[in-house]
Amino acid sequence: MTATLTRPVLPPALVEGLDDPETEGAVKTKALVIVAESGDLERTWATTILASTAAAGEMQVSIFFTFWGLFSLVRPGVRVTGTNWMQRMLAVMNRPGIDHAKLSKLNFAGMGPWMMKKLAKQYGVAEPRELLEMSQALGVRLIPCQMSMDMMGITRDQLIDGVEEPVGAATALELMTGASATLFI
Amino acid sequence: MTVTTAVAKTVDARGLSCPLPIVKTALAIRELASGQLIEVLATDPGSTKDFAAWSKTTGNVLVESSVDGAVFRYVLIKK
Repeated sequence: MTATLTRPVLPPALVEGLDDPETEGAVKTKALVIVAESGDLERTWATTILASTAAAGEMQVSIFFTFWGLFSLVRPGVRVTGTNWMQRMLAVMNRPGIDHAKLSKLNFAGMGPWMMKKLAKQYGVAEPRELLEMSQALGVRLIPCQMSMDMMGITRDQLIDGVEEPVGAATALELMTGASATLFI
Repeated sequence: MTVTTAVAKTVDARGLSCPLPIVKTALAIRELASGQLIEVLATDPGSTKDFAAWSKTTGNVLVESSVDGAVFRYVLIKK
């Protein structure tokens, strides 16, 4: 007696989940969203290292700069004057620009970051500014938070070139829900 | 895709730390055509694993991963 084996018909829902032999093995584009909330040197470093590396790995990368993180996008040499004394004082106490990021600990009035950057140079580590520029060259989207700009008295023309239009939390969340990975740094 | 054997571009990442060898290679490989070869020289010991992983994620084929003294050499074909 011989038995005939027939391949069972798979339910469509199951077939849909299988890899398509045509596209199997192909590189699928993944998206990374980083919320850069901190302006601290070590965190700015983490943000720019991950963004540039992810972009090098052909991920679609967007960084949403909010609160203290926003100061990383201010053009070098810009003096944030704001519209009132509180915004001016804020800019004096927290000097804008990615080159002026402070360490969250061992800052020692700037001695800490100075030593850190000296060490970085010695060991061939790129500074956050260089990594941010390379990220931009690799197509990383830099998106400033509108609310933070308004509150801190920072205007669009004070930001570095290539920064996108400022957006709000809803746009940031939309990006996050569509991404493969989201980081809050 | 026609693969040529001559190296079209060299990235000198000697003395540079993570993620510069990868980031600089990613920037440089954009100027090449599909099938062209890129050579990378590095001294970062972590770069061996990094280039293998990067090749996997991007689809650029790693055809050589060697070491000569303290210098690592990677050759990749642009996808």
